[in-house]
Formats: sequence, C-alpha cells, structure tokens
Amino acid sequence: MLTCEDKQLIQKIWGKLGGAEEEIGAEALWRMFHAYPPTKTYFPHFDLSQGSDQIRGHGKKVVAALGNAIKNLDNLSQALSELSNLHAYNLRVDPGPGWRHGSCSGGAKPHFSLQFLSQCLQVVLATRLGKDYTPEVHSAVDKFMSAVASVLAEKYR
Amino acid sequence: MVNWTAEEKQLITGLWAKVSVAECGAEALARLLIVYPWTQRFFSDFGNLSSPTAIIGNPKVRAHGKKVLTSFGEAIKNLDNIKKCFAQLSKLHCDKLHVDPENFRLLGDILIIVLAANHGKDFSPACQAAWQKMVRVVAHALAHEYH
Repeated sequence: MLTCEDKQLIQKIWGKLGGAEEEIGAEALWRMFHAYPPTKTYFPHFDLSQGSDQIRGHGKKVVAALGNAIKNLDNLSQALSELSNLHAYNLRVDPGPGWRHGSCSGGAKPHFSLQFLSQCLQVVLATRLGKDYTPEVHSAVDKFMSAVASVLAEKYR
Repeated sequence: MVNWTAEEKQLITGLWAKVSVAECGAEALARLLIVYPWTQRFFSDFGNLSSPTAIIGNPKVRAHGKKVLTSFGEAIKNLDNIKKCFAQLSKLHCDKLHVDPENFRLLGDILIIVLAANHGKDFSPACQAAWQKMVRVVAHALAHEYH
C-alpha cells in the first residue's frame, strides 16, 4: 500500500525529471522491446526501429498517463479508469501467471507483461538519477507501478 | 544449453569488470529486503531489519550480499555451463534454505536496477538486455534442482 511518504517521494522524483518525460517514455519502451522481445507482439503495427516516431509518440502517451496517475495517487482506480477499460477490453496485454492469484499483496509481485515496462522504466530512472534513486525511492516507485498494473488489469475478467 | 552471442558475453563480462562485488552485492540484497519486505522471512537471524537505514547498515546483510554476488561472479566465469555450476547451490536453496525460486527473479531485477543506478548511460539498452537474460538464466539454474 502506498504510504504518505511513498506518495511524497514519487511526486518529488517525478518533479526531478525536468521535462525529459517524453525521452524517458521512449527509452523505457525501447529497452522493453530489447530486453523482452515478446512485448513487441503487441505492436505489430509499429515501426519498432530505434528512435521511431511511433515509439516516441507512444512513450509520450505512457508517461503522460503515469504523470496523471501521480497527480491522483489517492484515487488511482478512478484516474486510470478509462485506461483500465482499454487494457481489459481492447488491448488485452497478457496479465501473466501471477495475476490469477488475485491481488499482489499476498506474495510475489505480479508477472504482468506490464511489469516488464515497470522494470524498464525504473532502469531508465535509475540511470538518470543514480544515487538519487535511493532504496526508498525505488521501493515507492515499484509499489506505484505495481498499483498501476493492478488497476489496469482490474477488469480483465 | 544457453546460447550467448559474442556481444552478450562482452556486455556481461565488460560491465562485471567495473563492478565492486562487495558494494553491489550489499546494495542489491538490502534493496531486496526493503523493496520486497516479505523476503525478510529468510533472514530472521540477521538482527535489526526494522527500517531501510537499519537494513543498509546491517553488517550481516552486507556480508551476505557480498557472498551472493560472489557466487553470481562464478556464473559469469562459466557462462556456458551455469546449470552445472549452480547445481549444488540449487539443491541447497531447495533442501536446506527452502527458498521459493520466485525470489531469485526478484533479486535479479533488483540487481539490474542497482547496476543501472551505478553505471548510468553505460548501462545501455543492449547491456540491460544481456543482463536481464543473465539474471533469468541464473534464476532458472538455481531452480533447476528443485523437487
């Protein structure tokens, strides 16, 4: 569960990105396609070459959605409601084997394909922030991304 | 038998040469216990794990982190035979330590983030991809002897 401190850390760290949000989104996607090739199967209609306009455009969208979620940390379900519908009924990104066991609070983190994006986004943040990506920040961001993934998969069935 | 390209091997060994095993290991284990607090279940005799500060400063955590990452280094020296290299460790984790293999995956992902934070731009997408494969292979090898 996101504590008050977690929320503050997340908002603070997001504030440190200094307008580089688009680049960060594009880089996170690029890393995801590289490290987890099966994720490309959701983008057969994209030009997946490095620096493509579509990757940049989609990265910008993703980061904007996360930015919106960060402004609404007390009500993620509502803030992400439309995206949740989109992922459940339209995009249907595989939620992974861990998802079937219900909420992720019980044990292992969910294996959402969305989780690969979480890992790659965190790597991008860590490469840019270095020491500022402290264990506390790391923990808060990981929890946040898990919460986002949970909300996005809420309506799958 | 895992297929490593020459580039993957280079990316793995090249970065490893720059890693301080003691520091990196300590940091990775500490972060595992902080980010996924339920993993503390395996370390009940480690003393004070009550806060991130306590965990980071805990000498047993630091020592054990170094031990874990040193083992990891052995895998890097034996990229073509990691399953064999970790057969005994796998049995140990199953029979004596009773660790759910999911935890190996968690630690692997944490290690990646520690490497990213410590190496910045050098931790390129290609480098990350090679290392994600590495941690996946290690986790698989450690789970291989489970029964």
